[in-house]
Amino acid sequence: MDVFVPYSLEEALELKAVHPEASPIAGGTDLMVDVNAHRAQPSALLDLTHVAELRSWWHDDGRVFVGAAMTFARIADELTEFRSLASAARSVASPQIRNRATIGGNLATASPAGDSIPVLAVYGADVVTASSSTWMRRTPLPEFLVGPKRTSLAADELVVGVEWRPDPGFESFTKVGRRNAMAIAVASACLYVDHAGHTVRLALGSVAPTVLRASRAEEFAAEHDWSDPLTRAEFGRLAAAETRPIYDLRGSAAYRRHAVEVLARRELARAEEAGC
Amino acid sequence: MLIHALVNGTDHTVSIAPQTSLLTLLRDVLGLTGTKGACDEGECGSCTVWLDGEPVCSCLVPALQVDGREVRTVEAIADDGALHRLQDAFLAAGAVQCGFCTPGLLVAAADLLERNPDPDDEEIREALAGNLCRCTGYQKIVEAVHVAAGRPRIPLAVEHGRVGERDRRVDGAPKVTGSFTYGTDLAAERMLRGVTLRSPYPSARIRSLDLSRAIAAPGVAAVLTAADLPGKRTFGLEFSDQPVLADEVVRFEGDPVALVAAETLEQAQSALALIEVDYEPLSPVSDMEAALRPDSPRVHDFGNVLRHVHIVRGDPDTADADVSVEGYYETPMQDQAALGLEGALAMPTEDGGVELRTMTQWLHVDLEQLAPCLDLPQEKVRIALAGVGGAFGSREDIHAQIHSSLLALRTGRPVKMAYGREESFHGHVHRHPSRVWVRYGATGDGRLVAADVRLLLDGGAYASASPAVLANASTFAAGPYDVPNVRIEGTVVYTNNPPCGAMRGFGAPQVCFAYESAMDALAAQLEIDPVELRLRNAVHTGSVLPTGQVVTGSAPVRELIESCRAIPLPAEPPTEGWRRGVGFALGYKNVAYSEGFDDSADATVTLRSGPAGREAEIRTAAIDYGQGLYTVLAQIARTELDVDHVVVVPVDTATIGSAGSTSASRQTTMAGAAVRAACREIRAALGTNGSAETITRTVTYHHRKTTGFDEDGQGDIHVTFAFVAERAVVDVDEELGLARVVQLAVAQDAGRVINPQGAEGQVEGGAAIGLGLALMEELRLDGGHIGNPSFTDYLIPTALDVPPVVSVFVEEPEPGAPYGVKGIGELATVAATPAVVSALRAATGRALNRVPVTPDDLLGLRPPARTRGRAAIPDVPGQQAIPEYLGLGLGQQELMKAR
Repeated sequence: MDVFVPYSLEEALELKAVHPEASPIAGGTDLMVDVNAHRAQPSALLDLTHVAELRSWWHDDGRVFVGAAMTFARIADELTEFRSLASAARSVASPQIRNRATIGGNLATASPAGDSIPVLAVYGADVVTASSSTWMRRTPLPEFLVGPKRTSLAADELVVGVEWRPDPGFESFTKVGRRNAMAIAVASACLYVDHAGHTVRLALGSVAPTVLRASRAEEFAAEHDWSDPLTRAEFGRLAAAETRPIYDLRGSAAYRRHAVEVLARRELARAEEAGC
Repeated sequence: MLIHALVNGTDHTVSIAPQTSLLTLLRDVLGLTGTKGACDEGECGSCTVWLDGEPVCSCLVPALQVDGREVRTVEAIADDGALHRLQDAFLAAGAVQCGFCTPGLLVAAADLLERNPDPDDEEIREALAGNLCRCTGYQKIVEAVHVAAGRPRIPLAVEHGRVGERDRRVDGAPKVTGSFTYGTDLAAERMLRGVTLRSPYPSARIRSLDLSRAIAAPGVAAVLTAADLPGKRTFGLEFSDQPVLADEVVRFEGDPVALVAAETLEQAQSALALIEVDYEPLSPVSDMEAALRPDSPRVHDFGNVLRHVHIVRGDPDTADADVSVEGYYETPMQDQAALGLEGALAMPTEDGGVELRTMTQWLHVDLEQLAPCLDLPQEKVRIALAGVGGAFGSREDIHAQIHSSLLALRTGRPVKMAYGREESFHGHVHRHPSRVWVRYGATGDGRLVAADVRLLLDGGAYASASPAVLANASTFAAGPYDVPNVRIEGTVVYTNNPPCGAMRGFGAPQVCFAYESAMDALAAQLEIDPVELRLRNAVHTGSVLPTGQVVTGSAPVRELIESCRAIPLPAEPPTEGWRRGVGFALGYKNVAYSEGFDDSADATVTLRSGPAGREAEIRTAAIDYGQGLYTVLAQIARTELDVDHVVVVPVDTATIGSAGSTSASRQTTMAGAAVRAACREIRAALGTNGSAETITRTVTYHHRKTTGFDEDGQGDIHVTFAFVAERAVVDVDEELGLARVVQLAVAQDAGRVINPQGAEGQVEGGAAIGLGLALMEELRLDGGHIGNPSFTDYLIPTALDVPPVVSVFVEEPEPGAPYGVKGIGELATVAATPAVVSALRAATGRALNRVPVTPDDLLGLRPPARTRGRAAIPDVPGQQAIPEYLGLGLGQQELMKAR
């Protein structure tokens, strides 16, 4: 197995162009599980831990950029103004894992249970990727996530980070798992509502092949008065109807659908209490 | 590739393979085995170390990323030999049992205190939520952090404690510094690594095996199959029905087929993948009721019935009951999930024998099974104990002992075998899944008059301890109640599921869930308070059990119920939107082995002059796998001989007789009695010889005799009993079907408490395992395949799942036992499950008859488990296990005959 250790993004992209088969590795919290179990035997590793560009974030000119190698521990500590993202980051696995696992890894792994992904979906985030030939490109998250554990990342590309235009408003993230810590999401939901209540975005995790936006529920909420509990209940039902959950060891399809209905309704109620 | 790293202040330049994890670098390359591995996927936290000052799971850090960075491990926490305040606090608070999770926890806790010197309970539990512990229930770990933060809230352990005092663990210091050597930490010069090829099918015929590519692979020293076995081809704890290596057929997913020894683990694993086995898959027997049908495929030639027990007393059919309730209950296959994994190191000796170091619960029963399979006389096989990282029943059976010894004898070199978590799930027995049908009849004022119980256990592919587990489950099936008319029909069957055997509670938890659920149903029907119903029917000294056995020992069951009820309920109301339920359960279980088994214990005590005055030395083959036995034995010696300094010496099978198994809640009574008797003989000798001499005495302690079952299941089956009363307070989010246990209150029958801190630790940790069964623990089986053999998907409770456990001890001395003690290790597990489920029923109003209770159950998305009627009663020759009638060689029982 070859190991490549670039010290700049440019160098990383050049290596990836020459060795497209190399598996990028940062925190290793997904890849090493498979390597330890002999399920993955990458022919080469591209260690991204020394690429400083990937480890930073900034917020200016109405845009936020978070580097792919930002760990969930740092996101939870440093990006507290983005409450849902910080909350999702705190819900990831354990302190030890949060010290290593990165947001770029969450995106590249593209699990429907990836904790940060519903949040990025309601933020309307773009995934920033790059290759040595095309340099940077931005892909809307729904186009990046093409299937369960599948992305539109090209073989010579790396995930550089994620970018969005923050809008003031109410936001909330909740996650349901099978125990109180170290839990993989059985269902998760993230709601964003602007202060006027005209824009409603709801993203759902672990209830479809990819994280999905519940667009019919969103449209319904934007057009109705949610001070009425019946409206909020209908919002939940519509969200649940948009899911395509599977039954697996971690939860039944019926439960996932049910949980989404409750989470969506509760989040909208919270938004209402917050005065949206 | 070459990397440079600063590890614990020392610069290292080492060559590693790119896929090497930091954990492997630390343990296998640098020999820093203080850091433990228990899951290989970042789910348990045992491997936590500091990487540039941040705690990380070293199993998921590629070692190549450590180049140029700084790593600190548990070995660097102590400062120049002086324990760090956190290490000291862990020992003072009783936060260490088996110690396997301790190094990782110390790193996580130290990191917390660096960031937050004054954390509250919630912050501590959050910070430690990534570190699984199976022994303690986390409570004393949380308290240890408070102690280290300078505000102790509980009484702390003392040095040189006597009987009745909170004594510091005698084996505690090495466990907090990382120097304690567990089975997987073993190493020897010129050591080979051994690995096992296991069947991927639950049932198959082996058509052919091609070893040629494996034998030719780099580094391979030996490849063994059934054709190479030198001696006896089968082994087993009670009956010799389990092949050392599968010959013609495999009977469960994981049945060992071949062994490889090679220079490195990687080479051994690579060679293993080159073995070609041509299997003809057969239709597996994967359902315990289907196994009983006449047209079922047979797991063994002699059929699928492993044992049937029939107990009848009075006549439940004609008993005059005003009301009756009927219930059907299911429990799943639970895993012991000890954090420490299986490991063994076998070394050939010059006389053609083998010396084995391993982790086990009973050295001598391992020897009994091992020697004939190696075709060696027992004198040429010597087994010494390595550190045991928890057991809970899972180390009663043979794991790698025979395989590593076979490889060592074949290669003439030391061979180490160490399982990973996935292999561990396939390589040890589990708790029997059960189906139980209960009918209770009672008078209108709530007196039980009849109990009719049918129970079925899935024994899996081989006997293991199933016959004894069935006897326990059957004898306890009517509950700790006075019931004059009882019929119990218990069956354990063979299937192609993983073998089941001993796990904490040993048959008692399955039936306790059933009879306590039925008691709640009866209370509801009678409109009597469920606690009151139990008070009216609880057994007491003098009660007659379904087997006709009279309870002659202490049985303060009513006191337990009252003590448990008197524990204050949690002060905090439930969170808005959550509904609170309170549930109550009683449980009971035998102490020591039953059915006429003479499981005696040997101990040797020496009183001598040491550098600091008189001191005592204890030699016993009794094993402490975390519960604190060695500390209890030291307390007994201090008390009896009035010395402070006591050494508990590790022993092996060549130097001392058997102490019996550390199981069945028996060692405080058995080994404790042997040590006390030896001390008293020394005291008597002192009177005549003066005090300056060295005096040694060896004592073999026997408990009172018991009997087997007669044809009606009557007999003096058990030595004695211990009881427990538990109350669970559980909050449920009714819309999401989420449950949060808020408090567990436990009143434990203890006879006499030797070490209050250790006893609390047993109750807290035991209750956590019962809570796990109630809410999350289940090996998911599909056609004989285990669907979740990992800590990612086999969930055990974290620090945020186990609530505070409030324990009280009722001390009514047990006649004839040393100091009046009773074993308590298993009881809290037994009744925690029904107590939690009872609380869930109270909170939701739902009929929950299956554990673990899922969100679907709490929401009514999944109906209760259904039955198509009671399981058939098999036609059997008598009350014994079927292999007994077939004359299959006996494991444990052979050992007893030899005595």
